[in-house]
Amino acid sequence: MDGFLNIVSILSVVLFVSVMHSLRQAHIRVEHSVSWLAAAVALFILSIAPGALTAIAARIGLEEGPLTIVFLAFVVFLIVLYRFSRVISDLKDANIALAQKVAILEFHLRTWHEEQESTQGR
Amino acid sequence: MIRKPGSDAVLIIVPAYNEEGAVGDVVREIQGVMPGVPVLVIDDCSVDGTAAVARAAGAHVLSVPHHLGLGGCVQAGYKLAFELGYQYVIRLDGDGQHDPRYIPDILEALRTSGCQMVIGSRYVRRDGKATSVARGIGIWFFRLILRPILGATVYDPTSGYVGVNRQALEVFSRSFPLEYPEIEALVVLQRRAFRFREVPCVMRPRQAGRSTITPIRSVYYIIHVLLGVLVNILKFERRRWRR
Repeated sequence: MDGFLNIVSILSVVLFVSVMHSLRQAHIRVEHSVSWLAAAVALFILSIAPGALTAIAARIGLEEGPLTIVFLAFVVFLIVLYRFSRVISDLKDANIALAQKVAILEFHLRTWHEEQESTQGR
Repeated sequence: MIRKPGSDAVLIIVPAYNEEGAVGDVVREIQGVMPGVPVLVIDDCSVDGTAAVARAAGAHVLSVPHHLGLGGCVQAGYKLAFELGYQYVIRLDGDGQHDPRYIPDILEALRTSGCQMVIGSRYVRRDGKATSVARGIGIWFFRLILRPILGATVYDPTSGYVGVNRQALEVFSRSFPLEYPEIEALVVLQRRAFRFREVPCVMRPRQAGRSTITPIRSVYYIIHVLLGVLVNILKFERRRWRR
């Protein structure tokens, strides 16, 4: 179990550092980093506090501490993925509306240019 | 010129994606049947010469900046038509499957029936079919599913050959199903107590290019449309319940 918890500790630190690095590089926006940072901190705390892990395992009816970590990580990832699916859907809707707006504005501009040209040609 | 339409003005819209082989003939045929009526080709960011061919044939072209899919592309046309004040919009596909000879029938039905949408249907008369067996089964399946929802039989619910009046145009310019719009659009209108009817027409085989429908996409289509229908019903019922 110790070996597994050590790996989880290392992975949570790697996750935390990666997210912070991406934030610094502006590859992730702050509002989308919070879930990942919270997950990394939670995983780290659980991996260095086996007592807390055992208590949670008993509470949710799991016998194995490591299995509890895997279960909690799975739940966190599901929540994050669901949240991102909603964000992507909103962005897609906004993107389509924007693309339609651009197309219509370009159409008006083109029509206006054609009218100007035909007026000048007379 | 496409601007300043009259109070009874009609716009023909033709969504097209990589249809340079067919769209020119489609535009010329429409102009032959409906002289003087503006034709708007909505180019869904084709990688071929669709926009140039359509323009050369005498159509106005609305070019979207990136590929939106059929629903997004058609809705762009509806938005422009609504903004410009058109009373009726008739949509034909750019692959040549929809014979423009039936545009006057659809327009007449729109003007006289009081329906908000008129569908060009290949199943009202028995001689209108030009579709595969698989698609025929799909259409039969959706006909059965939609009957209790719509309260009437729509014989060709997947037809993209449709005319809408300004009331439907207003709804569609605000809210239109984006990926596979035909069936969901019927549910959207029915939930608003709008009416629709079918007029017979004959569908032709596509004139050029290839269909994007594959067996896997057909399964995805069925699931997507069923889910879309369900969501539209729930959305509307929730709004009605809140009132």
